[in-house]
Amino acid sequence: MFGNSSRADWIMLIAFSAFVLAAPILLKPFGAAYPDLLQKFAIYGIFAIGFNILFGLTGYLSFGHAAFLGVGSYASVWMFKLFTMNVIPAVLFSIVVAGLFAYIIGFVSLRRSGIYFSILTLAFAQMSYNLAYSVLTPITNGETGLQVRQLVPADRAADYVFILRDEDLRWVDQAFGVVEEGIPITNLFGMKMSGYPGFYFCAVLLILGFFIAMRIARSNFGMVLKAIKSNQNRLSYTGVNTRPYLLAAFVISGMYAGLAGALLAVTDPLAGAERMQWTASGEVVLMTILGGAGTLLGPVLGAGIIKYFENIFSSINDTVLENVFSFLPTTLQEISIAVTSMFVGEGWHLTLGLMFMIIVIFLPGGLMQGLNHLIGLFKRKISTKSVSADSSG
Amino acid sequence: MAILEVADVNKRFGGLHALHHLNLQVEEGTTHAIIGPNGAGKSTLLNCFVGRLIPETGSVTFNDASLLGLKPHQINQLGVSRVFQTPEIFEDLSVLENVMIPAFAKADGAFRINAWQRMESRAEICDEAKHILEEMGLVEQREVLSSTLSRGDKRRLELAMCLIQHPKLLLLDEPTAGMSRADTNNTIELLKGISEHGITKIIIEHDMHVVFSLADRISVLAQGTVIAEGTPDEIKGDPKVIEAYLGGELG
Amino acid sequence: MDAIILQILNGLDKGGAYALIALGLTLTFGTLGVVNFAHGALFMLGAFCAVSFNKLISLEQVVLDATQKTAWGTALEIRTPYIEVWFGDIGTVLLDYSVPLSILFAIPVMLIFGVVMERGLIKHFYNRPHADQILVTFGLAIVLQEIIKHYFGANPIPQFAPDIVAGSANIGLWLGLGDSVVYPWWRLVYFAFSAIVIFGVFAFLQFTTFGMVVRAGMRDREMVSLLGINIERRFTIIFGLAAVVAGMAGAMYTPILPPDYHMGMDFLVLSFVVVVVGGMGSLGGAVAAGFLLGVLQSFASMNEIKSIIPGIDQIIIYLVAVVILLTLPRGLMGRKGVMED
Ligand SMILES: Nc1ncnc2c1ncn2[C@@H]1O[C@H](COP(=O)(O)OP(=O)(O)O)[C@@H](O)[C@H]1O
Ligand SMILES: [Mg+2]
Repeated sequence: MFGNSSRADWIMLIAFSAFVLAAPILLKPFGAAYPDLLQKFAIYGIFAIGFNILFGLTGYLSFGHAAFLGVGSYASVWMFKLFTMNVIPAVLFSIVVAGLFAYIIGFVSLRRSGIYFSILTLAFAQMSYNLAYSVLTPITNGETGLQVRQLVPADRAADYVFILRDEDLRWVDQAFGVVEEGIPITNLFGMKMSGYPGFYFCAVLLILGFFIAMRIARSNFGMVLKAIKSNQNRLSYTGVNTRPYLLAAFVISGMYAGLAGALLAVTDPLAGAERMQWTASGEVVLMTILGGAGTLLGPVLGAGIIKYFENIFSSINDTVLENVFSFLPTTLQEISIAVTSMFVGEGWHLTLGLMFMIIVIFLPGGLMQGLNHLIGLFKRKISTKSVSADSSG
Repeated sequence: MAILEVADVNKRFGGLHALHHLNLQVEEGTTHAIIGPNGAGKSTLLNCFVGRLIPETGSVTFNDASLLGLKPHQINQLGVSRVFQTPEIFEDLSVLENVMIPAFAKADGAFRINAWQRMESRAEICDEAKHILEEMGLVEQREVLSSTLSRGDKRRLELAMCLIQHPKLLLLDEPTAGMSRADTNNTIELLKGISEHGITKIIIEHDMHVVFSLADRISVLAQGTVIAEGTPDEIKGDPKVIEAYLGGELG
Repeated sequence: MDAIILQILNGLDKGGAYALIALGLTLTFGTLGVVNFAHGALFMLGAFCAVSFNKLISLEQVVLDATQKTAWGTALEIRTPYIEVWFGDIGTVLLDYSVPLSILFAIPVMLIFGVVMERGLIKHFYNRPHADQILVTFGLAIVLQEIIKHYFGANPIPQFAPDIVAGSANIGLWLGLGDSVVYPWWRLVYFAFSAIVIFGVFAFLQFTTFGMVVRAGMRDREMVSLLGINIERRFTIIFGLAAVVAGMAGAMYTPILPPDYHMGMDFLVLSFVVVVVGGMGSLGGAVAAGFLLGVLQSFASMNEIKSIIPGIDQIIIYLVAVVILLTLPRGLMGRKGVMED
C-alpha cells in the first residue's frame, strides 16, 4: 500500500477530475446538468472538502464555519464594487481575508477542545452574524445584503468614500475603460462567469482544492492531524506541539470556506448575513458526515447529494404532488399529499434533519464507509467463490 | 553525574498525599527501578516528570534544567520519552505510522509543517521505523491498524515509539504487564540492549524477575515516599521493603 | 439609579428563561453525559404547548342566527368558545388564564416526550462520542422545529397573559423611587415562576434519595453505576424532568415573546453559553450565570452603553463566554474533573 499509494492517488485524482469536468454530460440523466446547480455542487464541494480538513482529520467539530463562507462572500463583493468585476482579485482577496479571520477565531477557540471548542466556534459565528446585521451595516448592508450596482457617474465619484449602497466605483475597470451597460456580470479577463463558463471556473478550483486536500492528507502534516484525532495527549508526550498544527488546519479550512464564499459571489454577486447563520454551519457538517468524515471523496459526495436533493425536494409543490398521486382514490390522494408535502417544498429542511439523524444513527462513518463495506463484502464473496472453485477443481 | 534529580516533591489529590517529600536521583546511563505496592505513587511520580502533573512543591531537574512548568512536548524535546501504564498509541493509524510520528517529532522539532511532503518520501525515517519494528517483531504487522494489535503488541509498539526517538531518559511504567513469559524475556533482552547505547532508564515494575535482571539501582516507594534505596542486592535483604509490601497489601 | 434597577429587572425574566433551560442542559449533561442540542427545541415545544392549549380551549361553537343579518344578507354567525358554552363565566376565566393553565397541559406532554426521546434515541448515544451526540440531537432539533413550522406556520403567534397581570407594576413607587420604574406584571410573574421552579428542582435534588443519587452521579458517574443502582431508569426520569422544566419555561414565556418555530435554536445557543459560563456540571453555576447574563444583556442594550460600544448588545453574551472560557476554563462554578478533555 505504501509503495503504490502515490499512483493510486493519481488515478483517483484523474478519475475525479474527469468526472467533474464531464459532469454536465454525466449528470444529465439525473436532471442535474444545468449550470446553476452544477456550480452549487462544486462550490459546496469545496466548502465541505475544507471543512473535512479540520473535522475529518483532527476531529475538532467547528460549528461556525459558515462565518468564513460569509466573510468570503462579502470580501468578493467589495472587490467587485470597488475595483473590478474580474474574479481573480476577488477570489484571492476572499481567501486571504477568510484566512485571517480564521486565524483570529482559531487562535482563541483552539485553546479549548471537545465540546468547548464547538461552542466557542458557534459563539464566534453567531457574533459575526449578529454584527453583520447591526453595527457592521456600512460594510454588510444589513438585511438587504451587499450587491453589485451600477457605476456612480464620474462627476460624483469623488463624493463616494466608503458608503456604496446604491452605486459602485470599480476603479480598475474604469481605469481600463471598461464600458458597462446596467449592472455588470463577473468575468475572467472578459469571459463572462455565468452559465457553463462559471461552472468550469468553479470546477477547476474544486479539482485544485481536491488535489491540495489529498496532498495534505497524505503528508506528514496530515498524519499529525490524524494523530491529533486519534490521541492528542499521546501526541504531545511524543514531542509534538499540537496547537500550531490545529491552527494551521483551522486556517486552511477557513480559506477553503472563504473560497467557497467567493465563488458564491462570483456566480451571483451578492452577499447576505444569512450565509453566516449557524444553520449554514450545520449544513456543511452534515455534508461532511453524510459522505464520510475523514475520507477524501466523501465530503464532495455529501455536498453533491444534499444540494441535489435540496434542489429536487424544494422545487416540488402541491401541484406536482397531485400529479404524482393522481392514480389514487381521492381520500388516499389527499392523505398522501398531506404527508409528503411535509417533506418537500418548504419542508425540505425536515427531510434534511431526518437525513442528519439517520446518518448519525445508522451510518456514523458516512456513505463512503458504507460503500467500502459493500465493496468489501462483494470482494469477499468473489474470493470465496474462486477458492471453492479452486478446491473443487 | 545525576541526569535526573527530584528534590522534596509533594503532590496531593484532595486529602491524599500521593507524593510526600520525595527525593530521588538517577545516575546517567543506569537503569533505575522503582518498585512499591499499588497506589504508592509511582505513576504519579512519572506524571510529574513528563508534565502531566505539576507538584505543589519541590523541584525536578533534568540535565540541570528544571522540568516543572514545561509543556509535555517541550519535555519530550529535551529527550524524555515515556511508556504509559496502559498502552497509549494512535489507534486509528497503522503500526508504521505510529512509529513514524515520534520520529518526525524528533527530526523536525515540536512544530514544522510540511503539508507538501509525502510521508514515504523521508526514506531514512521510513527505514529506521521499519528497522525498529523488526527488532520488536512487529514488522509483519506494519500496515495493520494499531487498534487491532494484542495488548502485548501494543506495549511493544509503544516501546518502539519511544526508542525511535533515541531518548536520553526513558520512562517505563510497567512495560511487561500483560505480556507472556517469552515476550517478557524478549523485552528484557531488548531493554538490556539499549542500555549499551547509554540510554538512562527509569522502570516501574512488579515482576521482580524483570527488576533484578535489569536494574542497577532500586528505589522502593511506599505511601508517596522513598523508604529504601540501593543496589538490587541491598534491596533484596532489606526487611523494610518486605514490610512495606506486606503492609501495603494488608492496608 | 432608576435606570439601573430597571435594567436589572429587565434582565431577570430573560435570565429566568436562560437559567431554566441551562438547568436542564446541565442536568442531562452532568448525569447522562449527553450534550443535547435539541434542548432548545424542548423549550420551543413547551411554548407551542401553550399555543395548542389556547387553540384547544378556544375552539368555538358556531351558531347561525337567522334573525340577524350581516351586511351581505347572510345569517349572522355567532361564535362562542365551547368552554363558555359549557361552563359559562368560569369558562371565560379559564380562557383568560390560558397561559398559566397550559402548564398543566405542558407537563404531561413534555414528560412523555422527554421519556420517549430518551428511551428511543438518547439512550443509544451514551457511549458514542460527543460529536455524534451533538450531531444527532442537532438533527432532531431541526426535525422538531420543521414539524412545528409545518403545523403552526412560520409567523410568531402572540399569546396573552391573564387580564389581571396585563398591565405594568409601578415598582418605583414600592421602592420609593418615583414613577419612572414601571415593569410589566407578567415579567415579574415569570421571574417568580422561574425562581419557584429552580427552587423546586434544587429541593428535589437535595432532599430526596433520588436526588442524592443524581448528585452523586454528577460527581462520579462510574462510582454510582458500581453501586449497582439502577441508573438507567433514573436517567430516563432525569431527562423527563429536564424536558418538563424546559417545556414549562417555554410555555410561560409566550406572553413575553410570541413563539415561533426557531425560538428554540436562538435560546439554545445562548443557553449553551450560559452553561459554559456557569461551569459544566454545576447546577448552581447554570442558574447564576443565567440570571447574570440576562441582566448583562439588558444593560448592554441601554442606549448609553450602545453609544459607547456600538453593537455590544448583540454580542455581549458571546463575548463573556469567550472571556470566561479562556480565563476560567471551568466556568464560574465548574467542578474539577467534570467534562474536562
Ligand atoms: N489524577 C488523580 N486524581 C486523584 N487521585 C489520583 C490521581 N492519580 C493518582 N491518584 C491517586 O494517587 C495514588 C497513587 O497512584 P499511582 O501513582 O497511580 O500509584 P502506583 O504506584 O500504583 O502507580 C493512588 O491512591 C491514586 O488513587
Ligand atoms: Mg501505576
